[in-house]
Amino acid sequence: MGKSEAQLQNNQNPKLNDVQSLGEKRSLLSIIVAKFLQNKLAVFGLIMLAIIVGSALLAPWIAPHDPDFQNLRNRLAAPSAEFLLGTDHLGRDIFSRLLFGGRVSLFVGFVAMVGAVTIGTTVGALAGYFGGLVDAFLMRLVDIIISFPNIFLLITLVAVLEPSLDKLIMVFAFLSWTGTARLVRGEFLTLKKREFVLAARTIGMSNMKIIFGQILPSAMGPVIVAATLAVGGFILAESALSFLGLGVQPPTSTWGNMLTYSQSVTIFRTAWWYPTFPGVMILLTVLSFNFVGDGLRDALDPRVIEK
Amino acid sequence: MSTLLQVKNLKTHFFSKNKVLPVVDGVDFEVKKGETLAIVGESGSGKSITSLSIMGLVPKPGGKTVDGEIIFDGTDLLQLSENEMFKVRGNEIAMIFQEPMTSLNPVLTIGEQITEVLIYHKKMSKKEARQKAVELLKIVGFARAEEILDDYPHRLSGGMRQRVMIAMAMSCDPKLLIADEPTTALDVTVQAQILELMKELSEKFDSSIILITHDLGVVAELADRVIVMYGGQVVEETGIVELFDNPLHPYSKGLLGSVPKLDEEKERLSSIGGNVPSPDNFPKGCRFVTRCEHAMEKCLTEQPELKEIYPGRKSRCFLHDEGGNE
Repeated sequence: MGKSEAQLQNNQNPKLNDVQSLGEKRSLLSIIVAKFLQNKLAVFGLIMLAIIVGSALLAPWIAPHDPDFQNLRNRLAAPSAEFLLGTDHLGRDIFSRLLFGGRVSLFVGFVAMVGAVTIGTTVGALAGYFGGLVDAFLMRLVDIIISFPNIFLLITLVAVLEPSLDKLIMVFAFLSWTGTARLVRGEFLTLKKREFVLAARTIGMSNMKIIFGQILPSAMGPVIVAATLAVGGFILAESALSFLGLGVQPPTSTWGNMLTYSQSVTIFRTAWWYPTFPGVMILLTVLSFNFVGDGLRDALDPRVIEK
Repeated sequence: MSTLLQVKNLKTHFFSKNKVLPVVDGVDFEVKKGETLAIVGESGSGKSITSLSIMGLVPKPGGKTVDGEIIFDGTDLLQLSENEMFKVRGNEIAMIFQEPMTSLNPVLTIGEQITEVLIYHKKMSKKEARQKAVELLKIVGFARAEEILDDYPHRLSGGMRQRVMIAMAMSCDPKLLIADEPTTALDVTVQAQILELMKELSEKFDSSIILITHDLGVVAELADRVIVMYGGQVVEETGIVELFDNPLHPYSKGLLGSVPKLDEEKERLSSIGGNVPSPDNFPKGCRFVTRCEHAMEKCLTEQPELKEIYPGRKSRCFLHDEGGNE
């Protein structure tokens, strides 16, 4: 056998040693980062998100006032050096409340997203990979959940379960995994027919390993995009529910429930700053998430990477 | 030489709403230890499905192996449970495919893909597996194996990817390697290298090869024996020299006639008229009757048997009965 090994060494094609000739060596990640950075709006969104998330995390240190401290003599004070963004109807500092409210709003958004994406990815992967009865059953379940008008179901569930942060998150996650499931199922339907999956099966890999180790990494791109966009969606949903008084209960502030109390015409006409700033925060955050999501979508598109 | 694999009366059919397609219809052959057996036939003759049946990976839904035995090293693979098959695939029988471009996972590095097999079948640690992977890549001809390990497949050329596939297939010292048109998608110069590599490896690891191809040049290069498939059946089984010198079945003759020869001047290459009949309307008699220039009355109604004509050479044709084998 020694002879054949020597032969093999001689047989080596010089071309094989020259990996560098196939283009500058760049990792997949660096290509994605470079492509993401080319998108100005996405970069803007990322910076905005960094500021918003950072200030929410650092709220206890940044906030100039106790967000729950009431000073009824200072009700609806206009923005000033002391109260940067003015005060609300109970004389609380709006800037501080925005910072602390952001913590809750972002927390709800992220945790609900993780829950929804986990359920959705698992269901979609199983349905797409196994097909047949499994697929039919899981996708009919998706259809059933989707066919309920979301906002009414949310209101009903929250009303029955009593509004609280954890229940809110569970309800969001439970109602919103369907989109991800359909997305992932679609990816799996095409990916499972690819030859590398058959190749993986010929080396004896189990179904679960193929689903989560081989196919899922390829399907992650669209999932990441959907997840980013979903965070914005959950923040909006939380705001909507809080606005209706069914979300997070006072005195905890969220951007949504701050808007609730600014509904009255008097406040609208005399204290423009009260409804404006929470609204702007929701707008900016959701917009930033959408920009980042769009940027990721382009950056992760493999057709552009392969070029 | 002892027998490694024995396929008996293998029938893999595809079921659709109102039709049964007998894509593989009663195939018999055997592979001896250390031997290279080529399966030759046109597209649609059932050769790829035969190999997938051996692996227990008939495309689902629709496909099913309905009858037969696949005796590999003493056990009938068709009787094994799915979990037992997981241990056979990759470990005892490995497979490489036609398209090296798509048979590697684009989002995992070469190293991750090779070590996975070793960790799974040989219970190696990550580090051992990595070392073994470097070794394997060197054997298949990569000098800078360590670097290749961290590369993604899109950075390798077709020939290099096929080498990686071969390294993966060989990683667990399989007793049998099934190569499904391993060189079809490669440049001619690279083809020769890959064939050379497969030949050397099969000697080195003492493994048998089933080579599926429609390229008779590849067959001549690598195979010891050949079976020719047509319409889901074996029509001829013979040694490699005999096939080229004196093919028995009219279809084999047609196949050989359609290969260009350097020492012959010809205006046109001969070809076999018509197409392989589709499995949903195979002729009642001999499957080749619609395209055979020797077709007789009998061929339309009766199916010929695969019979031993000379020692070690079988053919499925009525012409041999007439005693007149030209």
